[in-house]
Amino acid sequence: MTTAIDVTGLVKTFGQTRALNGLNLHVETGEVHGFLGPNGAGKSTTIRVLLGLLRSDSGRAVVLDGDPWTDAVALHKRLAYVPGDVELWPNLTGGEAIDLLGRLRGGLNEARREELIERFALDPSKKGRTYSKGNRQKVAIISALASDVELLILDEPTAGLDPLMETVFQDFIRQAKAEGRTVLLSSHILAQVEKLCDKISIIRQGEVVQSGTLTEMRHLTRTTVEVETAEPASGLEELPGIHDLEAQNGRLRFAVDGEHLDGVVRQLTRFGIRALTSHPPTLEELMLRHYGDELQSNGSGRHAASRGKAGETT
Amino acid sequence: MTTSTAVSRGAEQGTPDRQNTLAGTGMLVRFMLRRDRIRIPVWMAVIVLLTLSVNGSWEETYGTAGELREIAQTLDSPAMIAMAGVNYAGVEATTYGALMGQQMFWSTLIAVGIMSILLLVRHTRAEEEANRAELVRANVVGRHAYLTAALTVVGIANLGIGLLMAVGLGAMGVPTIDWPGSWLYGAGHVVVGMAFAAVAAVTVQITEYSRGAAGMAFGVLGAAYALRAMGDVGENVLNWFSPLGWAQETRVYVEDRWWPLLFVVVAVVLAGVAYHLSTRRDVGSGLRASRAGTPVASRALVTPIGFAMRLHRGLMIGFGVAVALLGLAYGSVLGSAEQLVEDLDAYQDMLEGMAGSAIEAFGATILTIMALIASIYVVLAMQRPRGEETSGRAEPVLSTAASRTRWLGSHVAVAIGGSVVMLLAIAVAFGAAGAASVGEGELFGRLATGALAYVPALWLTIGVAVALLGWLPRAVVLTWVIPVYGIIVIYLGGLFQFPDWLNNLSPFGHVPQMPSDDFRLTPLLILTAVAAVLIALGLYGFRQRDLDVK
Repeated sequence: MTTAIDVTGLVKTFGQTRALNGLNLHVETGEVHGFLGPNGAGKSTTIRVLLGLLRSDSGRAVVLDGDPWTDAVALHKRLAYVPGDVELWPNLTGGEAIDLLGRLRGGLNEARREELIERFALDPSKKGRTYSKGNRQKVAIISALASDVELLILDEPTAGLDPLMETVFQDFIRQAKAEGRTVLLSSHILAQVEKLCDKISIIRQGEVVQSGTLTEMRHLTRTTVEVETAEPASGLEELPGIHDLEAQNGRLRFAVDGEHLDGVVRQLTRFGIRALTSHPPTLEELMLRHYGDELQSNGSGRHAASRGKAGETT
Repeated sequence: MTTSTAVSRGAEQGTPDRQNTLAGTGMLVRFMLRRDRIRIPVWMAVIVLLTLSVNGSWEETYGTAGELREIAQTLDSPAMIAMAGVNYAGVEATTYGALMGQQMFWSTLIAVGIMSILLLVRHTRAEEEANRAELVRANVVGRHAYLTAALTVVGIANLGIGLLMAVGLGAMGVPTIDWPGSWLYGAGHVVVGMAFAAVAAVTVQITEYSRGAAGMAFGVLGAAYALRAMGDVGENVLNWFSPLGWAQETRVYVEDRWWPLLFVVVAVVLAGVAYHLSTRRDVGSGLRASRAGTPVASRALVTPIGFAMRLHRGLMIGFGVAVALLGLAYGSVLGSAEQLVEDLDAYQDMLEGMAGSAIEAFGATILTIMALIASIYVVLAMQRPRGEETSGRAEPVLSTAASRTRWLGSHVAVAIGGSVVMLLAIAVAFGAAGAASVGEGELFGRLATGALAYVPALWLTIGVAVALLGWLPRAVVLTWVIPVYGIIVIYLGGLFQFPDWLNNLSPFGHVPQMPSDDFRLTPLLILTAVAAVLIALGLYGFRQRDLDVK
């Protein structure tokens, strides 16, 4: 396997702020790599260094075997970028912006452009100013996906997209993967990352604190279960894979590792399940594992932990 | 998103459903004043202090009646009348007050016009464009509250300026700068300021872009200035079509006529039109719905240079038309300079045949002024790449195979071409109208060459902007110093006899003043070379620095 992105010890400061603090990131060719972290953790800064828009203070970054700063133009022919907050030109239509960015990159696949416009239901003849947030994102996504490039760098690309469009987006990313392209996907949406990504890197305060495949990070994919049983359930705490068990008014709430779910449900059926909801861990819960200490220290950790909502994982 | 207001207080209380279209105006006024707590005082201080400091220097600079007459005579030229205005006291009977009315009044009148336009657009259309107005309008805020509050705030700023000016001038007790005249002097500023606030109130209804709205209003201000100049030089009624003309026709400190200020009723009518138009559009949109465009890009658009051209197109065309019209206006009164020279006291003793050189001097000064106006285009054009960068629109473009040098270089190339377009428009319009009005065909060539001689000075202005973009991007706005300094030097330089080196600091000071001077190539080559070095430096710096991202 070859390497698409190889970053070691990257440091970037803005005045007093240390945005990247010795960041390491490794993305293999052909993989879809999830890049997770809360706002301000340094995801966008990392991406902008990879694009040669910012120059790192120290450390080494290699993108497609080139230096992102000195070989920017040559590299940019081989990659496409979607920013998290797309700004369009008020007097250019969406279609013009798609073509402009695509052609400046080196060319667009016309057939794919048409297909993408249709699937994403974008009206390309409207002026940039009249698009909503979601439609502005679509313009950048279509332009990037219609380009025949080896590497897609996507910085929270689907912020503002509706759930239908999110599904379309996921289809196209799978297609891109099938075609052998590499994708770096920065996201807040764990469900999206779970569905699409082969590997995940979690970033905190300018450092990658955890990186690996989903299986390796199995404990990150715990399912949270809330269950109401006819008789008080017991013996759960002894089962393997159970975490954070809480009992409240006859309802149980706990997290369980995916591989142990079956055993836990078997145990629960003995007490007569009346209601059962389960949802995968939200980014909030996942992040709490890495950020919990900070929250705990100011007393809001438990509160935040108990607020994991299924809605965020759509 | 329609114009229908949020539930008014009246409706909440179950009273008849008449909407209170002014609900929330008072709160918005306080809010706008809070936002502008630095901006408005700075405008006021600059305008008032400039006036008072000039007023304070009269006696020192022109202590004797002879000196006073001498400067009045120098300023009694067609060029000065076109640029500033008429000395209504006449050269022989000139006073400090008359010079104040001729030499100082016009510039601060234009300043309050600019201030009023910028403030009004900032608090109305710019808020809508940024979607902030929507947020505010969703509360208990009436349909007309925004416009009323903005007009009130601009009114407060103008009243403040007028009052401080009148009190300051009156209290300084300079001979002939008396209290009655000073009140009129202050009132003139209020009327002109509110007239342009009313113009801007209309233009912000028309277009959905704040830049377009301000541009249109500045176009009206430019036209008002040109009409005033044409009226004064051509000795006809055109100046009465200009708010600047109303104020200057008060003949302040000479005759102290108040009645020309009654034209303020035009501003009231314009404001009424603005209110009416505002009810015929949705929040955030203009009077016309925005049209659909082409779903695919043309071949011309998808190159860095074609793309830059597209971004600059509106500014280039708009500004080109404006300077061409200004050139036609000035050119058409060039011939009147001859007649005016005969009427002017200063020239009465002079021999016949001096009229020719008066026309040339007039032409040369006008060309300098118009070249400085063209440099405003250059400054605006060179703010574009910075605007693209700070708005986040440059980021996706620079993530494509377009290199930074090609991207910025394209903006530079368009500005270089655009500066030639501006001067060509001036050359053709002023040259043709000027030659026609004087009745000498051969004058066209000299006027046109004179205009084009300013090309290297404009390029140098581009160079300064690019160098700043490369090395001190936040300071790009300082490029404004070049046109502003140029205008101060040629204008106040004549009034206060600046030394030559002050003039030489401006790139415009090195350009041969055709048609009165002869054409000289060397200074133009030097200016071009400096411009080239600055542009190269700037492009290099831009390649070395971080992009400013949102």
